[in-house]
Amino acid sequence: MTIVSAGLFKDCTRCFKSSNIVGVGLGGTLTYRHTYKINRVRFSGSIPSSFYCCATLSITMEEEKQTFDADKAAVLVNELRETFSSGKTKSYEWRTSQLESISKMIDEKEKEIIEAVHKDLSKPELEAFVSEISMTKSSCKLALKVLKSWMMPEKVETSIATYPSSAEIVSEPLGVVLVLSTWNFPFLLSLDPVIGAIAAGNVVVLKPSEIAPATSTLLAKLLVEYADESAIRVVEGAVAETSALLEQKWDKIFFTGGARVGRIVMAAAAKHLTPVTLELGGKCPAVVDSNVNLQVTARRIISGKWACNNGQACIGVDYIITTKEFAPKLIDALRSVLEEFFGKDPMESKDRSRIINSFHFMRLINLLDEDKVSDKIVAGGQRNESQLQIAPTILLDVPEDSLMMQEEIFGPLLPIITVEKLEDSFNMINRKQKPLAAYLFSDDEQIKRKFVQNVFAGGIAINDTVLQFFAGQWTS
Amino acid sequence: MEEIVADELRETFKTGRTRSVAWRKNQLNALLDLVIENEESIFKALHRDLGKDPVESYRDEIGVILKSARYSLSCLDKWVAPKKAELPLLFFPAKGDVLPEPLGVVLIFSSWNFPISLLLDPLIGAISAGNAVLLKPSELAPACLSFLVQNIPLYLDNKAIKIIDGRSEVGEKLLKLKWDKIFFTGSPRVGSLVMAAAARYLTPVTLELGGKCPAIVDTLSSPSKTKVAAKRIVGGKWAPCTGQACIAIDYLLVEEKLAPTLIEVLKKTIKKFYGENIKDLKNISRIVNKHHFQRLHNLLKDPHVAASVVYGGSVNEEKLVIEPTILLDPPLDSEIMTEEIFGPLLPIITLKNLEESIEFINSKPKPLVIYAFTEDEAFKERILSKTSSGTVTFNDSMVQFLCDALPFGGVGQSGFGRYHGKYSFDTFSHEKAVLHRAFFPELEPRYPPWNDFKLRFIRLAYMFDYLGLILLLLGLKKP
Repeated sequence: MTIVSAGLFKDCTRCFKSSNIVGVGLGGTLTYRHTYKINRVRFSGSIPSSFYCCATLSITMEEEKQTFDADKAAVLVNELRETFSSGKTKSYEWRTSQLESISKMIDEKEKEIIEAVHKDLSKPELEAFVSEISMTKSSCKLALKVLKSWMMPEKVETSIATYPSSAEIVSEPLGVVLVLSTWNFPFLLSLDPVIGAIAAGNVVVLKPSEIAPATSTLLAKLLVEYADESAIRVVEGAVAETSALLEQKWDKIFFTGGARVGRIVMAAAAKHLTPVTLELGGKCPAVVDSNVNLQVTARRIISGKWACNNGQACIGVDYIITTKEFAPKLIDALRSVLEEFFGKDPMESKDRSRIINSFHFMRLINLLDEDKVSDKIVAGGQRNESQLQIAPTILLDVPEDSLMMQEEIFGPLLPIITVEKLEDSFNMINRKQKPLAAYLFSDDEQIKRKFVQNVFAGGIAINDTVLQFFAGQWTS
Repeated sequence: MEEIVADELRETFKTGRTRSVAWRKNQLNALLDLVIENEESIFKALHRDLGKDPVESYRDEIGVILKSARYSLSCLDKWVAPKKAELPLLFFPAKGDVLPEPLGVVLIFSSWNFPISLLLDPLIGAISAGNAVLLKPSELAPACLSFLVQNIPLYLDNKAIKIIDGRSEVGEKLLKLKWDKIFFTGSPRVGSLVMAAAARYLTPVTLELGGKCPAIVDTLSSPSKTKVAAKRIVGGKWAPCTGQACIAIDYLLVEEKLAPTLIEVLKKTIKKFYGENIKDLKNISRIVNKHHFQRLHNLLKDPHVAASVVYGGSVNEEKLVIEPTILLDPPLDSEIMTEEIFGPLLPIITLKNLEESIEFINSKPKPLVIYAFTEDEAFKERILSKTSSGTVTFNDSMVQFLCDALPFGGVGQSGFGRYHGKYSFDTFSHEKAVLHRAFFPELEPRYPPWNDFKLRFIRLAYMFDYLGLILLLLGLKKP
């Protein structure tokens, strides 16, 4: 490759021992790291055997913006595969060193992370702290604490058929892993899977979502600084870059996002028989019984809807089902708690994230303005396009065939559907696609039991919302 | 027609019938009856399709099903019970459970080489987990297919467990429909098509594929141990369906100096087990059909490969028989060394140093099993840490298949997902996380409007600094 001098180092090519791509920025800018050989003395040591030229942070090729295409992706994967083949990432020491470094990164750069997430989503500081900083940190800490036991082979019983014998199950890394992340919890949902991949001894390419560009760029910058770049890389970009990555052979793909892209990822993976984990979404219902503590219920629902990235969360409450009789009381309670949390004019409150971008803003407005839906608003409905904000909006009994009830809402609109008796809600939920989470607020043990047994969902929480996500952080 | 079948199964699943533990146990017992009462017919069908001897049939097909079904019956109550999850104090009072639930309507494709067990073993897992099932056996084992199509409806609940007859076009039609899980045993090529079709509906899949399973043979400390190793190698190559098995030994890796001795011992063992030559061949299956016979015969037709034959090599096209054949160092780029053999041909690759075997194996796609006959503990460790495969078995072959405590499945090109024992139950279940909370106490810092106090509270909470939290609440904590 030709290196055009950018003024900072003239005629340095003869000094370069090697040059590697360490990052791909938005718009295709490539970040190089050059290893110097000066006076025929090779700098060597454990990590790293090179030093930075002060201009290496970002050097743009002057001749043309190089796009990250399938060829570049193949080069990247090959480099990582070589690192993996060297066996370096399998050692307990390497894994813990990376996890400790990431943990340090989160501590030292907390302010920048919160700022980036605020830039992308206007996410309030406390929300960002809880959902992006703390969760990621906890993941790291848990992994560090129990990694030894996770790595230990598990002895298992053998049967008389194979006597005499001993047997064990040994965990080994899959190899080269691709993590495709999303925009709503852009820091957490990028790093959390990466932490898992590292803990398991893999090499990783992270492709953060371009829809949260500040966080994407920050991740690219921080991981170069804190992580072992021979094993952990970030590729920034959009559809073109993702497609180039998906053409390659990976040993595992971890995807968080919508079902539409999930299908594309799985189909691409099928070509190479790559196992995938798809963390998708769905319409997460909250069923509300009439025997609940209304105040607490309303607070927890609002917490799991508008105080959770303003409804833009895969496990956020999508819609409510309650009895015809109870609905008015519930709506009143929700209205009153909304005022408590966000003030008389919620559009002025800084305690809610905004809608991520114009595309999603318009998508939500279309859901709201649909015929036979717009007249069902019982609270909220205000919108401000320049601020990308929609007020916390509650609707009562929108038609089941409306777009709002067919698609995952992923925004601050909360339809309430009423039924004659509460058990009718179970069939209604099971008629739709299985959601990531389902919630029930009730004091009736029988209903709770029936709900848990009969409602198919990724996870269930009774008398609360969203918390099941946090509970997982501490159990190993 | 396929759509109607799938719809009926979905209707049945919706009724909730398959979820009761009583139903599941009832079906497993019915499956046991099916197999026990029809042993003779199964022997006949397997002999017709593959020339299997009753002993082989019992060992690899009937016995496996009886074992799996009985094991599931004895563990089912334990498996369906929710598992408690420990929650931290911060969540008090709360209860966390992980609750297994069936995925729904599952589709099981099986292959032709173990046409009874590779269909019924996953079925045991699907039933244990409470699903409705559609079975699509391979049409390449027609006698077994007929037997199953006739008897499954007689013994099992045919509103919930159905079997469909037909060629690959039926399989293609089935793949266009929505399933809650697809379980596939077969080749990587078709596995890739199955997964691509499943992607349309985001259906999770388990792919039990194949690969070239190598056996590394080290010098052992006594001739009697070498004899045992040879018996186990022969037992791992020709005993399972004349090499037509995903976990059969595909090729051997030995040091140059060991090869002559090993070949002699293998020859003796083969003669003892299977007869002196192709005319007297016994106790061994045949090739399944003309297509595979041609494929295997063609592997031998390559002149460089033919020149490397050191034992056997004779074929009988009419009877679809190829005698146990050993080859010494066929060219590494010949098809016999690049494709999965799936037949009675055993290449032996010699190396200057047995350490090279690790690199050799790593140069090929990850296999389902790596076998190693060695007493060198350090070498075993290196094999374990430097290679990757579904399973590693030391000093034996095939028997890992019988350990229900060990997950059976591949990695990389040999597939993903696993089953046997509890892993079968898990593979057809969704483990649902359930969190139970009470209304009180309430933690105010959970709710907006946000302020500094709440941020400090949450920082302390995440560090489990319960003392700090108390001090904060009492107004005694300095910022």
